[in-house]
Amino acid sequence: MKVILQNLTKTFPPRGKKGAAPVTAVDNFTYEIPDGKLIGLLGPSGCGKSTTLSLICGLQKPTSGKIFFGEDDVTELPPENRGVGMVFQNYALYPHLTVLENIIFPLENLRGKEKMTKAEMTAKAKEIAALVQIDSLLDRKPSELSGGQQQRVAIARALVKVPRVLLLDEPLSNLDARLRLQTREEIRRIQRETGITTVFVTHDQDEAMSISDQIVVMKAGVIQQIGEPQEVYNNPANLFVAKFLGTPPINVFHGNVSGGKLYIGDAAVMQTKGVDDREVFIGIRPEGFIPTSEGALICAQKHMEVMGRDISIISTHPSCTAPTIRTIISAETDVNTLAETVRYALKPGKVFLFDRETEVRIPCNFV
Amino acid sequence: MEKHNTKAWLYLLPAILFLGAFLVYPLIDVFIYSFEEGYNSASQTYFGVGGFNYSYVLHDPYFLQAVKNTFILVIITVPLSTGLALLISVGLSSIQKLRSLFQTVYFLPYVTNTLAVGLVFMVLFKKTAYTDGLANLVLQLFGAGPIDFIDGPYWAKMFVLCFYTIWVVMPFKILILTSALASVNQDYYNAARVDGTSKFRIFRKITLPMISPMLFYLVITGFIGAFKAYSDAVALFGTNLNAAEMNTIVGYVYDMLYGDSGGYPSYASSAAILLFAIVMTITCINLLVSRKHVHY
Repeated sequence: MKVILQNLTKTFPPRGKKGAAPVTAVDNFTYEIPDGKLIGLLGPSGCGKSTTLSLICGLQKPTSGKIFFGEDDVTELPPENRGVGMVFQNYALYPHLTVLENIIFPLENLRGKEKMTKAEMTAKAKEIAALVQIDSLLDRKPSELSGGQQQRVAIARALVKVPRVLLLDEPLSNLDARLRLQTREEIRRIQRETGITTVFVTHDQDEAMSISDQIVVMKAGVIQQIGEPQEVYNNPANLFVAKFLGTPPINVFHGNVSGGKLYIGDAAVMQTKGVDDREVFIGIRPEGFIPTSEGALICAQKHMEVMGRDISIISTHPSCTAPTIRTIISAETDVNTLAETVRYALKPGKVFLFDRETEVRIPCNFV
Repeated sequence: MEKHNTKAWLYLLPAILFLGAFLVYPLIDVFIYSFEEGYNSASQTYFGVGGFNYSYVLHDPYFLQAVKNTFILVIITVPLSTGLALLISVGLSSIQKLRSLFQTVYFLPYVTNTLAVGLVFMVLFKKTAYTDGLANLVLQLFGAGPIDFIDGPYWAKMFVLCFYTIWVVMPFKILILTSALASVNQDYYNAARVDGTSKFRIFRKITLPMISPMLFYLVITGFIGAFKAYSDAVALFGTNLNAAEMNTIVGYVYDMLYGDSGGYPSYASSAAILLFAIVMTITCINLLVSRKHVHY
């Protein structure tokens, strides 16, 4: 089931003081979610991603715009008639019911010709429980489960009615780091096996990058960029997206283009093609630095962090917008840990130019 | 370790002293009095020890009347007041506008003096030489004859007493229940809505279990409170409750101690111990029932 969001806008009336402006949580959101894909809505807190999810779910009505599930216009439909399954951030498992009763709960609401017998419901619930691998826990109460198990129960409850669309609100935020890795793969597997179009919300770019077919990066209610995770990482549309994706974050420098050369401070770090002379922001991914004695970019070396697989060099440069520059290089590289300065050459694919005013990406070729 | 223990006891000492002197000692004393026949508090003498006091109290028509009244009061007012309070709280939590206003209105009886409320009820229900009372004026609209609610037939007086009790105890229950309802996580309702749960089923399957601990607390304290009713009856029917057939068990105990027929501490003690036994039994039954039905 593809989901089409058409010019979706949600504004909340002003609260508190008189004359306060209304808050626009989602601003003109247009996106066609392809059938059977796993989509990550990504952005910092307060960017409107959860509101977007509520709009798809039907818990909130859009101020304007339309929502289609396939060919059906569901904009005016209440959530129960949309055929959505929702997993809440805190799971919202009913604490007084057992796992089995929790999973059966949505089935017991079915009326008319969809009504099921107790045996059918139990069979269905057990089938879903097996899919999410909690079939041995059916008699327990939610309080007797670990966070990861509760998460699976919540997913099972959302899936048991075979929804057209599955929605997950910050599905991993209540889990510890190890469980998070495991659960996100689990979500990926379940989504693949069921083939249900799934939208999940997260503020964690790792989470979104690792399992999504497509990610939607949002800021202040406005879509910044949509695309496959790697594509968005390699080709950020603006400085915000570039900064938001990637750990450690991208290093941003003040710089300028002059006579076909890109300058950071006085150092001409690269040859550019097709860019007029102008002031720019230069974003360089941490893995885009090559330490070499002929490197044009000279930074004051502070210290190093060796983390097994690779090494982080922490250094400073007056043109950098952040206090320190963090670069990642392979652990095999031979570096002088005691040196005062470190010289870098740059990898062309890891360097992006952004307009100083609009922060929009400037297309350019490096030589 | 030993030192810590003495310190702990030292901290507990004030509370233990007060509770012992004013709660445990009187309780034991009352228990002893209840077996001392013909105890005289002035001369501190008694004739003998035995169960006569209980036998007298249990055969006293006034006591039996008081027990009957108390039980009727409990059985009618506890479920009704709790049920009504639940309805009103659910209503209150589902309206948006004027919510605080209504909350204040419903809470007013709680901060109003019992006797003042009694006076208002007198105006509503009492028949005087000049007027039949407001309640009767309303009744007459429906063609029903004037009823003397204060000095009239037994059931009319009982009706007023129950009405009054429910009215007085409800604000507290509404207060507790609205806060219990407000503390139920909204996500449960959202989850239920997404699953297409009907309003009634949401209430029965989610709301009720979620607030069941509070409901149960209200039922237990409601039972205990209703068994100890006394001032309400006095506010409505005056101090001579035996004559009005409206006495309660606590009222009987009071009368035996200080009333017109006063000066019988032994009988009063027996009646008090009987009340204690009744309340204890009912509370135990409540606890047993709740273990099955109250969640987490």
